Amino acid sequence: MNRRIRVRLWLNNLLKTAFMLSALFALGVLTVLLVQIVSQSVGWLDWPFLTGKLSIQPERAGILGAIVGTLGMMIVAAPVTLVLGVCTAIYLEEYARDGKIKSFIQTNIANLAGVPSVIFGLLGLTVFARMFQLGASILAGGLTMSLLVLPIVVVSSQEALRSVPQYLREASYGMGATKWQTIRRVVLPASVPGMLTGFILALSRAIGETAPLVVLGIPVLLLPIPDSFMDTFTALPVQIYYWTLDAVLTPEYANLAAAAIVVLLVVLFALNSAAIWIRNKFRKRY
Amino acid sequence: MNRARVLEADRQPALPPQTDAEPEVILSTRNLNLWYGDQQALHDISLDIRRTQVTAIIGPSGCGKSTYLKTLNRLVELVPRVRVTGETLFQGRSIYDKTVSVEELRTKIGIVFQKPNPFPKSIYENVAYGPRVHGINKKSLLDDIVEKSLRAAALWEEVKDRLRQDAFGLSGGQQQRLCIARTLAIEPEVILMDEPTSALDPISTMKIEELIYDLKKTYTIVIVTHNMQQAARVSDKTAFFLNGVVEEFDDTVALFSNPKSRRTEDYVSGRFG
Repeated sequence: MNRRIRVRLWLNNLLKTAFMLSALFALGVLTVLLVQIVSQSVGWLDWPFLTGKLSIQPERAGILGAIVGTLGMMIVAAPVTLVLGVCTAIYLEEYARDGKIKSFIQTNIANLAGVPSVIFGLLGLTVFARMFQLGASILAGGLTMSLLVLPIVVVSSQEALRSVPQYLREASYGMGATKWQTIRRVVLPASVPGMLTGFILALSRAIGETAPLVVLGIPVLLLPIPDSFMDTFTALPVQIYYWTLDAVLTPEYANLAAAAIVVLLVVLFALNSAAIWIRNKFRKRY
Repeated sequence: MNRARVLEADRQPALPPQTDAEPEVILSTRNLNLWYGDQQALHDISLDIRRTQVTAIIGPSGCGKSTYLKTLNRLVELVPRVRVTGETLFQGRSIYDKTVSVEELRTKIGIVFQKPNPFPKSIYENVAYGPRVHGINKKSLLDDIVEKSLRAAALWEEVKDRLRQDAFGLSGGQQQRLCIARTLAIEPEVILMDEPTSALDPISTMKIEELIYDLKKTYTIVIVTHNMQQAARVSDKTAFFLNGVVEEFDDTVALFSNPKSRRTEDYVSGRFG
C-alpha cells in the first residue's frame, strides 16, 4: 500500500516539474531573444532614429518613413476589416440558418486563416496592385492586410455575438422589437468588448506581417516620406527585413534592425495589453 | 403515464360556462398542437383567457406549460423546428393574421420570464427600451413613461435616485420587478408570466404576488407556476396541464377544492408532481 502511494506521488511531482520546465523553457527563449535584441539596439535607438528619414549611412538613418507607412496601412486596413468582418459575423450568427451553406462559408473562412501570408501578397499584387492599378501603394498594402486578418475579425466577432445570452434577445423580441432593432440595441452593444479585443489582435497581427508586403513590391530603399495613400511606401517589418539582409555587408544595419525591432515590439506589446485589459474589464456580469 | 388512457378518457375538458357576470374572453386557443421536430409537445389545447382575470397554468415539470405560454405571443417561433397547428385568437383575430405584424402582437401581449433578464443597461434605459423601440424618443415623454411604469411595478421608491445606475446592481426581486416595469412600459393588454417567482426568495415572491393582485385591475394576466399554493393565492381560473394536455380547466376555487378529474385531485393534493 505504502509503496504504491509513494509511486503515485512521485509521478505526480515529476510531471508537475516537467510542465513547469516546459513553461520556463518558453519563457527562457523569449528572454534570450529580448536580451539579444535589446543589447544590439543600445545606442542606436534614440530620438533622431525615431524621427529621421532613411539614409544609406547607418548613423543618419531613421524610421519615420517606415512608421508613416505602417500607420497609413493601418488607417486603410482597420475600417475595411472591421466593417467587413463584423457584418459577416452578424450575418453568420444572427441571420444565416444552420445548414450546408452556413457550414460551407464558415469552413472557408477558417481555411483562409490558415493560408500562408505570402499567398495574400500574391493576391494583393494581382488584384490590388495590377488589376485595380494601385501599384505598390499604401492603399494596396492596406487592402491586402485587411483581407489577411479578416478571418481573425470574423471568428472573434462571431464568438462575441454568440456569447450574448439568448435570453436577452428573447426579452427584446418579447417587447415587440424587430430583429434588426434587437441586434442594434441589445446584441451589438453587448458584444462590443469581444469584438474590440479581436479587432485589436487582428491589427497587431497586420502590423507585423512582412511577406505579403515584400511580394507586393515594397521598395528596398525609399528616401521620401509618403504623403498620400497612392504613394509607395515602406513599412516597419519590411524595413527590418531589408536591414537584416544588408547587415552582411554593413554590420551597423544589424543595430538599426534591432532598434526598429524594439520599436515594433513595444507597439505590439501595447496593443496586446490593451486588448487584454479590455477583455478583462468587460468580463461579463451576466 | 399511459398516453392512450389519457386520450381515451374523452379529454376535451368542459370550458367553464359563460355567464354574464364573467368578463369577456380576450385570448383563446382552439385545438392547439405543437411539435418540436417530430416530438409532439402539446395536444389539442383549448383554453379561454378572460379580461382582467389571472389565469394560472399549473402542472408537473415538462408538461408543456411554458411552451404553451410562448405560443400565445408567438415567441415560440424563436425555437428552430417548431410547428404549431390550431387556432389562437386575440381580441377576436387570429394571431397569425397577416394584417397584424408579430411585433404588434408582442406589444399587446407582453411577457416576463422565469429568470430576471434585464438588459446590461441602466435602470432607466431598461424601462425606456420598449418605448424607444416603438419610436418614442422625446426625453420628457420617456421620463414620464419610466416613472409611471416603475410606480406600477412597485419599484419607483427603491430606484428613483439611481435610475442611471446599472440594472445589475439590483437584487433578484428588484430585477424581476424591473422586468415587469419594462413590460408595462409598452402598455400591453395581456401579461404572460413564466414562473416569475421561482428564482426569487419568499419576500420578493410575496411582493410580486401583491403586484399581480394590483395589476389585474388593468391587465389580463396568464401565469405559469410550479407552485400550487401560488396559483391558489393569486388566480381566478386555473388550468392543469398534464403531458401536454389540458387535464382540467376551471375556476381556481373549484379546481382546488373540488377537482373533477382524479389526476387533478392527485396532483393538487401532492400525490405526484
